[in-house]
Order: sequence, then structure tokens, then C-alpha cells
Amino acid sequence: MPPVKHVVKHGTFIDDEWLAVGDEDAVPGEGAVTVSFGRWQTEREALAGRNGPLGLRLPADADPAAIRADLDRFELIVLDFPKFNDGRAFSQARMIRQRFGFAGEIRATGHVIRDLLLFMARCGFDSFELAPERTIDDWRAAMREFSVWYQPAADARVPATELRHRAMAAE
Amino acid sequence: MSTKIFNANDINNGRVVYLAADGSWSERIADAAVVQSAEDEARLQAVADAAFEARRVVDVYAVDVAIEDGRIRPLVYRERIRAEGPSVRLDLGKQSANG
Amino acid sequence: MYRYDAIDQRLVDERAAQFREQVRRRMAGELSDLEFKPLRLMNGLYLQLHAYMLRIAVPYGTLSSAQMRVLATIGRKYDKDYGHFTTRQNIQFNWIKLEDAPDILDDLAAVEMHAIQTSGNCIRNVTADQYAGVAAGEIEDPRIYAEIIRQWSTLHPEFSFLPRKFKIAVTGVFPDRAAVKTHDIGLFIRRNGKGEVGFEVLAGGGQGRTPMMAQTVRDFVPKAELLAYLESVMRIYNLMGRRDNIYKARIKILVHSLGIDKFRALVEEDYAATRDSGSPLPAAEIARIAAYFAPPAYERIETPVRAFEAARFEDRDFARWVTHNVVAHKQPGYAIAVISLKPEGGVPGDATSDQMDRIADFADRYSFGEVRVTHEQNLVMPNVKQADLHALWRELAAHGLATPNLGLITDIIACPGLDYCALANARSIPIAQRIQERFMDRDRQALIGELKIKISGCINACGHHHVGHIGILGVDKQGEEFYQITLGGSADENASVGKILGKGFPAEAVPDAIEKLVDTYLDLRADGEPFLDTYRRVGIEPFKEKVYAAG
Repeated sequence: MPPVKHVVKHGTFIDDEWLAVGDEDAVPGEGAVTVSFGRWQTEREALAGRNGPLGLRLPADADPAAIRADLDRFELIVLDFPKFNDGRAFSQARMIRQRFGFAGEIRATGHVIRDLLLFMARCGFDSFELAPERTIDDWRAAMREFSVWYQPAADARVPATELRHRAMAAE
Repeated sequence: MSTKIFNANDINNGRVVYLAADGSWSERIADAAVVQSAEDEARLQAVADAAFEARRVVDVYAVDVAIEDGRIRPLVYRERIRAEGPSVRLDLGKQSANG
Repeated sequence: MYRYDAIDQRLVDERAAQFREQVRRRMAGELSDLEFKPLRLMNGLYLQLHAYMLRIAVPYGTLSSAQMRVLATIGRKYDKDYGHFTTRQNIQFNWIKLEDAPDILDDLAAVEMHAIQTSGNCIRNVTADQYAGVAAGEIEDPRIYAEIIRQWSTLHPEFSFLPRKFKIAVTGVFPDRAAVKTHDIGLFIRRNGKGEVGFEVLAGGGQGRTPMMAQTVRDFVPKAELLAYLESVMRIYNLMGRRDNIYKARIKILVHSLGIDKFRALVEEDYAATRDSGSPLPAAEIARIAAYFAPPAYERIETPVRAFEAARFEDRDFARWVTHNVVAHKQPGYAIAVISLKPEGGVPGDATSDQMDRIADFADRYSFGEVRVTHEQNLVMPNVKQADLHALWRELAAHGLATPNLGLITDIIACPGLDYCALANARSIPIAQRIQERFMDRDRQALIGELKIKISGCINACGHHHVGHIGILGVDKQGEEFYQITLGGSADENASVGKILGKGFPAEAVPDAIEKLVDTYLDLRADGEPFLDTYRRVGIEPFKEKVYAAG
């Protein structure tokens, strides 16, 4: 029985429906499942024909362009932080969200530590697998750590250049 | 097996500290517990590791030393600098009056 | 110089508050060393040989007198009454307590300063020409763009956990005093065929274990596209840079292994797809920041300035200082005065808190309240009236700040080395001092002329030894400190990595070796030829022969 994931989405812990299916496991006929990138590549036809939501677990060293053509098959992309200072998933998320226009859910897994949560949210992540001891207050505190940002990213937060532009226009 | 002591940096002030026989950490190398057998080293290592886990010290490691005229002298120059202070500022660090 | 608006101020305040909370969690035992280390590094707090070291950012090396005074106070209140100016235009304090770090960050925030991203695998302090805005021939003041890049790179959500550290430099004129080609990204301000101003973007420079020079990714990027283009360069590096081996993790390794053409193709592909969603750089924002770098209210001064010329004639020591440490200013009647932090027998780049306070006063009285830090560990007063130079010099001299050796053999660049640094293999400061002692004679220094000696205590090359005219690298040879000498390095636009001379030397043999190199140069030089030019003309052999000759 895989460990219960502790997932934050839309600012609250959710009952997570997604089942992470290992490469050797049978894929259930129904229900929401995620498969590895490797499995997707070898069993694409079978998985694509399946009834039920499909998610993809992409490793940190994968080129997001490799899944670009298939993005409309997935409702969920799970990106990995194998070590918390491995920042590749930030770029992967932005590419998938902004450059390829993926409209589904992007989730962070792996070493998702509190001090990275705001960066992740800004890069287009919707949901976050937290360590069991993290509380919703940790999440909220992380989202509130900064109220100004210099750069636009994949989120809707208004960056400094835009604020300054508005201030100058108002004068 | 060589003669060793254990050192670390105090988590708060960052100063070099030496593990004494009673499990306390002293800024003076003269207070360091000296071990010469593998068993004693393992025992002291465990005490040092516990202090690291308890988040009182950082960067714990054993230092090879020689005892000369009753004084503990690290064999490697880097560790002597840690025990004394910068060679170019004799007024700073443990070597100085306010060290 | 740039002044924070409410947004800038809030960011540093929130950052200081964030770090205060992180330190609280750390000291309460809630954060392990593994979790805390990257957090403290991104606020410039290292654990060194003797204590915590705090590296404070001095953006493109520019300081106001108020900021310099706060640095002096930090030295006094939290450290041991001195600080060290670094080869990246920053300042370091060596004896910091973790529990004081939050208060220090608050003190810094109150004068628009911080320690954000001065360490860690993120974009570091953006450096620039130390004579920006005051030397002739500049297309535009590079600090405008250094400030723009500083803001853009601060807490960038996508690029805060790179494979390795990332250093950017900008310059607006040749000769390149910012060592652009030795940086991960280097920017030359350029005009295109239509006279528009933009940037030549280079990538893949760096020192350390495998020194390399940056190569051109694009000849011309228009101003408005600068940040979006940089994001594409960063993105390719973030995704493809190696993360398995810290000695192979810089962008220089990636550019070298892909080849510049392939690297460029990847950047351009990403850029073509993302330019519209990348960070914009509106003309209004450039203008807003550029206004802070407008020239100060210069007086109209008739030249020659009689009082200055007379003082030079009458006071030989003053004249010597002017010859070496005063640089021509583009505004008539003004001068650029350089304060050497390399007094013989001192520690290169160190200044006491008292000296910092005095320098702040001098900046107020003589230089429109501005001081700069160079990447060769000296300080610049960029806007001094020639008529004030003599008075300034006398005051500097009273505080040990008037050593007349800018660019000379005793103006040595040295990392802290094994006396301070946990990464070092050998000491560097005593080597600098020994060389200075051997070449104490000022006339001899002047005779030798420009000769940049750079010393690093380990392969990380923080002393920039690869680009020293004479480079010295300290190594550990079976427990003994040993020194390898290189020749012919240079950091300007004709950048070159120094070549190893031959077998290394123990510490006491280094001054003799240097002396033989100098003698070789003096024997062979053509009239007025500086050391580097002679070396490039005659090659390494004559130097090798002399240094390693028997007896």
C-alpha cells in the first residue's frame, strides 16, 4: 500500500484521487492513474485508449518537449524535485504551462520543502505533495513570505515592472 | 591508529569547538578529549554525532593530532589554523588575548 | 546611484523577515543543517574556518557614504572592526554569529542593502566597470543595466536553484575593466549598424578548475529584449547543466561540451518561443533607472587647475600618488581617485571600521557621497575635483589609505586563503606580503610599471589567478603549502588564461621566483612595454629559463 500523499491544492489539503502506478504494476481499468514517462513511451497506445484520467510523472532530466505532442492526453503532470536544490522542475513547469499551453494540473513531488513553495507556485505548479509533518499553516506562511516580485512568471501575480508602469501612467 | 580529537563549529557563534570528555564543547583545544583506540574513537564519534543531530554543532569531524610537551597539536596545518586563528592577524582568534 | 522605491524596500524587508524566521527555526532545532545550509547561503552566510562569514552584496560595487558608514558599524558592532572587499565587488565579514545575522540584515535593509544571493547556486552580484559613468568613451553607463539585471535576478522563481553559481558582468567601454569574458554571462554594450544601443551577449566564461573564456551567443540584443533573452540562456543552462559533479556544473562546461553553435541554437529556439512571455524591459523602466545614474552637478572648471598642478610640482609624494592612483575623468577639472587597500604588510582588500568611516566622510566632502569597490579589491572615489586632490590625499595618508601602487607589482589581488577559508589548500595573504616586502622600493615599483599579480589559495580561483599577468595558485603538496606560477593571464577584452611556468615553489622561494620573472621582463622589454605585452611578444621560454636556471 503506497503511503498516503499529503497534497495541497487551491490552498487546502485535498483527498487525492490519483494512484501512482509502478512500471511493473497492472494499470487499473478505471480511475485516475499516473504512469512514469518510461511506461508512457513503451505503452502509449494501450494507455491512450484507457478509460479514466491519465497523469504523467516526468523525471527531472526529461526534456519537456518530448511530451509536447501528447499533452492533451493528460490531466495531470507530476514534476520531480529529486533533491530540493535541483531546480530543473521550475523550468519544466514553465515550459509546459506557458510555452506549450498545458491547461491541466501540474504537481510537485519529491523534496518539496517549504522555502520553495512560493517559487513553485509562481512557476505554474497547482498542487504540491508535502511531507507528512507539514501543516496548512506552513503552506499559508510560505505563500505570504513575499508580496512583491520583480519578474513575471507563470502565475498571475503582478510583477514590479507592471506596478511601476501603472504608477507612472497614473501620474 | 593515530591520536585524534573531535572538533566542530558551534551552531550559533560559528566558533571552532572541541569535544571534551564530559560531552561538552570547549573553544579551547586543550580541553579536547584525546582518543587513541578504535573503540574510544567510535564512542566519541557517537557523542559528537548526537550533538550534531541535536543541532548544537555543525561540521563535526575527527582531527589527527600529536601530543608534544603535553600540548595537543593538530598534524595538518589547516587544523592548527582553526585552533589558533589567522596567521596574518595574531590579534584575532583563539591565539589572541580575547580569542 | 539607484534609490529604492517602495517595491525594492519591501522586498529586502520581507527577505530579512524571512531569514529571521529561518534562523529562528534553525536555532529552535526545527531545521537540519542539510535544510538550512542552502537557505543561509542564499543570504550570503558561509561557515568558514573560524566562524560564520557574511558576504554582503555591493551591487556593481557602488556604495553611498551612508551605506559605507553602516558597513563600518556592522564591523564594529558584530565583528572585529574590519571588513574585506572581494574580487566580486562585495564585502565580507569573517566573525559573524548566526543569532546576529537577522539584525545585520535589518541594519542593511535600512540603508537599501542586503546579502541576497551572494552565495548559493543562483545568480550572484552583477559586476560592472568600476569607472562606469566617469571614464571617457562609454556608450552608456553599464550600471543602469547591472541594476536592471540585479532586480530581475533577485528571487527569480525559475532560476534560484541552478546547477551551480552564476556570475554576470557588464561593461560599456573598452578596455574592459569588468572582466566580462571571464563570466558565466558577459555583456558588452554595443551599437548596431543603425546606431541603436544594445548588447553583445556572451556565455560560458569562468575560472576555477577549468578556466574558459565566454563566447558570443548573439552579437546584438536590443535593450527591450535583454531580460527575455537572458532568461532563455538561463533556461537552457538550468535544464541541461550537469548536476552530478560540482566541478562540471558551470555553464562553461555546458557550452564547451555542446559547442557554441549548438548552445546558441538551443537558446534561440527557446527565445523564439518565449520572447513574448519573458520578462519585459520597457523603455520607461530603463529611463526610470537611468535617471539615477545621471551625472552629478559638476561645476564648470577651467583647466589646467593651477592649485593641483602646483601641488604636484611641489609635493613629490603627492605627485607619485597622482601618477599611479589618479585616473583621467571625462569631465574637465575632475579626477577619479583610487584608494589602494594594499598597503605593504597589510591584508589585501581589508579595511578597518575606522577607515570605512573616514572614507565615507571623504566621499561626502570630495566625491558627491559615492564610493566604489573594484574587483581588484581597491576603492574608487569617482568624482573628485582636481583642486581637492591634494587635500584628499593628505587625509587618506593620515589613515593609511594613500599607498601609491594602483596596478603596480605590490597592488596584489589575493583571496583570503587558508588563513580564513574552509575551501583553501594554502595561504595566500602571506605570499602577497612577502612579495610586497621584496618590492618595497617605490621607484622600483614605478620602473616595473603595470604588473597584476593575483593569488588564489585553491582551485576555486577566487583570487582570479588565471587572469593575473602573474598568477599564483596555492596547493597542498603532501601537507606542505606549495605555489604554482602562471604567466600571461589577462581579464580584459583580449582575455587569456595564464600558462603554467613549471614546477611549483615552497612559500619562501616565491619572492625569488617573482624577482627573476621581473628581471627577465626588465631585460627584454621594448621601450615602454608593459609586462603583459613583453610576455606576449617573447613567450614563456625566457622566463622559464631564468626562473629554473641552476644556481
